[in-house]
Amino acid sequence: MAKTSILETADEAVAGIEDGSTVLVGGFGLAGMPFDLIDALIRQGAKDLTIVANNAGNGEVGLAALLKAGRVRKVLCSFPRQVDSYVFDELYRAGEIELEVVPQGNLAERMRAAGAGIGAFFCPTAVGTPLVEGKEQRTIDGRDYVLEYPIKGDYALIAAHTADRLGNLVYRKTARNFGPVMATAATTTIAQVSNVVPTGELDPEAVVTPSIYVDRVVQVEARHYTVQGAR
Amino acid sequence: MTDETYAEAAEAPQLSDAPLSMDELAKVIARDIPEGSFVNLGIGQPTKIADHLPAELGVILHTENGMLGMGRKAEGDEVDADLTNAGKVPVVETPGCSYFHHADSFAMMRGGHLDVCVLGAFQVAHTGDLANWSTGKPGDIPAVGGAMDLAIGAKDVFVMMSLFAKNGEAKLVEACTMPLTGVGCVSRVYTDHAVFDLGPDGATVRETYGITLAELRERVAVELH
Repeated sequence: MAKTSILETADEAVAGIEDGSTVLVGGFGLAGMPFDLIDALIRQGAKDLTIVANNAGNGEVGLAALLKAGRVRKVLCSFPRQVDSYVFDELYRAGEIELEVVPQGNLAERMRAAGAGIGAFFCPTAVGTPLVEGKEQRTIDGRDYVLEYPIKGDYALIAAHTADRLGNLVYRKTARNFGPVMATAATTTIAQVSNVVPTGELDPEAVVTPSIYVDRVVQVEARHYTVQGAR
Repeated sequence: MTDETYAEAAEAPQLSDAPLSMDELAKVIARDIPEGSFVNLGIGQPTKIADHLPAELGVILHTENGMLGMGRKAEGDEVDADLTNAGKVPVVETPGCSYFHHADSFAMMRGGHLDVCVLGAFQVAHTGDLANWSTGKPGDIPAVGGAMDLAIGAKDVFVMMSLFAKNGEAKLVEACTMPLTGVGCVSRVYTDHAVFDLGPDGATVRETYGITLAELRERVAVELH
């Protein structure tokens, strides 16, 4: 496969994302949210997107801005409703966006399965709850499990802390969250990073996402936001 | 009191004249967290429990957004947008903490490696069924987060809640009417009025606060052992 492209701008990094794509978007709340890639995606204009993310946007930055721009058809996430998710809340109540709620661990593991070539897996989460209605179940060694299928992305937009020029990534603190899993689960993985260092400068023992999973990297000025009203 | 004392007591003791405040309840739960255990404290009231866990107890807090050894809430210059708890509140590191991605974080949970998690609840059935993610009311936006994974993952799932809803009805029930989070998963319920052990045979009262066992039996519509 082609080697990782180190691009100059976020606009170049998101070029070619087609209407109707499934896009995995990193971040937990605003930690690890790829703000610059999302802003570039809004400028790029792709619409009718299916977004896979933990939340459905906070305030009016990042994912919330993409929703507000009317580009998203459906969101798969674990926790849409938050103190500052008013953009999503309004779209949802107006029937303008589709929602599929997935337990957080299943969201992560289903993407891990996609990236790891697993066809499906039996998972004990959510047995006996409304979220497993219609899903195949099996009892294994006396415990009940539900069959869960992979979630694969056409694109992953993630934020990491540092990349080398090969595309190896390291993350920072809990901003790591879904990034490493999403990087494996998409056909094209696009990472925004705060630093790009010469190849050989990252400690190989500390690389979290090996370059094989990363297609495009762009260095951006780090922007940080915290969720307002979190408690 | 030790477990043996509880086992020998003829009936659950009333330990205070008034019901507990949520802070006092957090302290009671902290007392029951075993030394050196790995613990996940749910969003909301359960996070208060951390304030009552002395460092020498060696309890290591897990947060599902990818950290073991989570510290207290960050203040002032300590705030780092890249370091938050599951409620998205900025927190600090503790010595020996570690970071990992979401699939590892939930594998840790689902794989039975966490000793205790403490969750809030809308309703708990006396057999341990938990309802804490959706009221089921039309128009509500469903949001489950990590609750279903936590409910089936930790070795012991404790619930922290007020015993009575605003309308006066007990939230410890025969069968949950709200959508379930997990089946038979809760082992103990800590409330402002009483602490209950749950199991396949139903609820056993461990202790009461601001209410006698007789009054409790009148106000809670399930059989209390």
